[in-house]
Amino acid sequence: MSRPDLNTAAGADPFADAEVVLDVDGLVKHFPLTQGVIFQKRVGAVKAVDGVSFQLRQGETLGIVGESGCGKSTLAKLLMRLESPDEGSVRFRGEDFLAVRGEELRRLRRKIQIIFQDPYTSLNPRMSVGDIIAEPFKLHPDAKPQQGIRPRVKELLDVVGLNPDHINRYPHQFSGGQRQRIGIARGLALNPDVIICDEPVSALDVSVQAQVMNLLEDLQAEFGLSYIFIAHDLSVVRHISDRVGVMYLGRLAELGTEDEIYGAPGHPYTQALLSAVPVPDPTLRGKREQIVLQGDPPSPANPPSGCRFRTRCWKATEICAEEEPALTPRPGVPHDVACHHAEVREDLTA
Amino acid sequence: MTETTDAAEQARTAPDSTSAPLLEVRDLQVEFHTKAGVAQAINGLNFTVHPGETLAILGESGSGKSVTAQTIMGILDMPPGKIAGGEIRYRGEDLLTMPEEKRRKLRGVSISMIFQDALSSLNPVFPVGWQIAEMFRIHRKMKKKEAKQEAVELMRRVGIPAAEKRVWDFPHEFSGGMRQRIMIAMAIALDPDLLIADEPTTALDVTVQAQVMDLLLDLQKEYNMGLILITHDLGVVADVADKIAVMYAGRVMESADVYEIYASPSHPYTRGLLDSIPRIDGGEERLKAIEGLPPMLTNLPAGCPFSPRCPMATDLCRTERPELERVVDGHYSACHYSAQIYDDLRGGAA
Amino acid sequence: MSEISRAQTEQSEGSTTGRTTKEAEASLWADAWRSLRSNPWFIVSGAILVVMIVMALFPQLFTNTSPGECLLGRSRQEPSAEHWFGTDVQGCDYYTRVIYGARTSIAVGLLVALGTVVISIVLGTLAGFYGKVVDAVISRIGDMIFAVPYVLGAIVFLNVIDDRGILEVSFILTIFMWPMTMRLMRGAVMSVVNNEYVMAARALGAGNLTIMRRHILPNSLAPILGYSAILVGIIISAEAALTYLGVGLQLPSISWGLQLSNAQNYIQTYPHLMVFPLIFVALTVFAFTIMGDAIRDAIDPKAKK
Repeated sequence: MSRPDLNTAAGADPFADAEVVLDVDGLVKHFPLTQGVIFQKRVGAVKAVDGVSFQLRQGETLGIVGESGCGKSTLAKLLMRLESPDEGSVRFRGEDFLAVRGEELRRLRRKIQIIFQDPYTSLNPRMSVGDIIAEPFKLHPDAKPQQGIRPRVKELLDVVGLNPDHINRYPHQFSGGQRQRIGIARGLALNPDVIICDEPVSALDVSVQAQVMNLLEDLQAEFGLSYIFIAHDLSVVRHISDRVGVMYLGRLAELGTEDEIYGAPGHPYTQALLSAVPVPDPTLRGKREQIVLQGDPPSPANPPSGCRFRTRCWKATEICAEEEPALTPRPGVPHDVACHHAEVREDLTA
Repeated sequence: MTETTDAAEQARTAPDSTSAPLLEVRDLQVEFHTKAGVAQAINGLNFTVHPGETLAILGESGSGKSVTAQTIMGILDMPPGKIAGGEIRYRGEDLLTMPEEKRRKLRGVSISMIFQDALSSLNPVFPVGWQIAEMFRIHRKMKKKEAKQEAVELMRRVGIPAAEKRVWDFPHEFSGGMRQRIMIAMAIALDPDLLIADEPTTALDVTVQAQVMDLLLDLQKEYNMGLILITHDLGVVADVADKIAVMYAGRVMESADVYEIYASPSHPYTRGLLDSIPRIDGGEERLKAIEGLPPMLTNLPAGCPFSPRCPMATDLCRTERPELERVVDGHYSACHYSAQIYDDLRGGAA
Repeated sequence: MSEISRAQTEQSEGSTTGRTTKEAEASLWADAWRSLRSNPWFIVSGAILVVMIVMALFPQLFTNTSPGECLLGRSRQEPSAEHWFGTDVQGCDYYTRVIYGARTSIAVGLLVALGTVVISIVLGTLAGFYGKVVDAVISRIGDMIFAVPYVLGAIVFLNVIDDRGILEVSFILTIFMWPMTMRLMRGAVMSVVNNEYVMAARALGAGNLTIMRRHILPNSLAPILGYSAILVGIIISAEAALTYLGVGLQLPSISWGLQLSNAQNYIQTYPHLMVFPLIFVALTVFAFTIMGDAIRDAIDPKAKK
């Protein structure tokens, strides 16, 4: 394992000096809500992603965690240019990924790849595994491997832990975990620098989930990949991530190292999330403090003024309704947190 | 190890196990006749539920946990399903040999069920209040106005804000958590003795999951219901169950009191599951995945169904199927080596 | 190769062999063919259609008589050993006329089905893939045509054409048939277009045409292909109906529809003139419909459990 030792003092970031591979600045994506079929009238917008900024460093895993509707999947699509943002920029090693066209775009696309959530819809059922993994080479003829496409596909199957002799099989002949490995092989084909993992293990059974997470870690060590790992499962995100961003209603509520976010969260929302995760240890029953949030998250079409979390927050005061808190270090909280009343709590996961 | 102060916890952990069992499943066998052959979905399943007790059936996909629920409810699709043997005794009477007429009177009244997906379980074209009231009108012969009053009361009981205003809203107008509450309301409307919850919180966000689980347990205590909780989530189980049955390939691999299972798992599969999940408190460098995949139900291995994946398997395991046998009082395991594993764990701990 | 991946390879190898029994060709198309071959309905309808199509291509194989050999002297004879189906008003051998009628009816059926399916695939794919304005324009045009009952529309249009042959009738039928199948195709495309493998291809930099060709089309053709055989049956009966009503094909064409049309004055006196072409129309329509059902069952992966 080439992963840096994380057992240093809480808050230390082993990747602090690494090169920035992906620099995301102020991403905004609003989906217009319209009425009428032919004469469409804009009646509002779902603010799916509303000002998200972060940096991904060489070789690290940045986890993005949040509940459904927080905009994490839209964020993944924006980073892949599957959706075009209304504002903001994504820079890959200094180059503006959102502005490039034509040949430049094709070159950058090879460097950023994605792994999807659903192993059943992410592979074309009419194509053999060999064709699925070879598709990247068909689309990028200049990236054609020297040893030939088929040997390279077999090699990729081997890398992700599948039998290379199964190259002619079809997706329905594999189990969910194996299909996810096929998706990973396709993502690896063009030797990317960054892989965006959009809930890659949440459709898998517990025992298979561990296999796929171990594979992702091995590949990262072997090929020096940088991951953006998007998921709703807090334990999974903690396990795989070096740094974690917590999303709520289209914005980052908190961003810090794994130990900071889980060991010393400063945002009330992060604290509530952590306290709600059921822990597989019955002896802790009734002993952990649970912060029970009232109600459901507000609609992203109509987020509250000021701080988006204030409607469910037990610390909210007038300033929270008036002023949107910036994502920045606060007194007593050394990492970035978007809360006027940020205060570290340490007892939530133990 | 049961030093809980909360009175609710006491009631939960000390069920009325001396009284007559509410439900007894004996040697149940369910098959599915498919093109690919006969799938042994359930092979000799045994468990007991007492009033006020929570039994968690824990398993991965294909373990037969949902088929168990459907068989008890009498909603299994037959064909392709077929009950090949065994009995399901509800208050001493076998549901499987009972006339359909009589069984139908129990279904939804004495034994009811909640599902994972509330949206597809509620009728989309009727208001939720109407759907709840309809149950009172049919089964309790209430007048329209009285039934509506009861429906509002029940909606309030399950924590729907402004229940009297929302009683004529349609299912799609509620959030996921609220829909799950409505389905719970419908399930408990007629005071059932036994509630089967099939992955009731799997589709919900973690903060909402905690609310819904709390509601379910409060109601269970209030009505002294037996609860069968079907889930794959080891965290939820540790939080709420009294007893656990771990299923694999249609069989119970291990069953015991919840504290006992987590403290001294005596089946390699249970141990493997507990080891393979990432933990919210971090710590592990690498997950201990269970290698391989669950067996095909159409082609089960000759001996122990877990033997192909088991790190401890011997020739005995591959030829002879272990029965569910006592390890210590109240703790049963279907492994030839469970006594040894148990002693090792206890010895190591002492 | 790293040690870890090697271990994983072995582990997954052990498990896949249990999972997949057939190592042979297992594409969904191959699966479909396998399940078709073992479907008795497919075999029965296939046999009928083979006979009908051979009849359409090589009528000489079934009769030595030329359809033009008519003697007014033997007009309207009952079926006999010499004339199996009897003779018609002009005194032609009715068996020969019915055999020769297959060509026109099946030609119209296949021609219209082909045209309809091609139009539907192109327009349905465009509408389903691009959505928004493209979809609105295509769908509204389709709706307008769809709103006119095709029999009524065909009567109106065919009435103004003086010289109505196979091409003219086929053209008009195609105009009125495509909106229905286009909707089928559009629906199938829309259910495929949001799949993650389409997104995956886009993320790799695939263009719209590549995505449509490699990912959308292969996964959305099943419903329309299954329906197209049923469509042939519908068209054959539609042609017969139009011709019967006097707005379809005209003499001297030989078609089942024309035979039915000419027989309508003699239903009570010479029922054999009606019965024989009717049996052939019904048999052909039946065979195409059964065939379509069988194909649809075989290639629609959703029907598979």
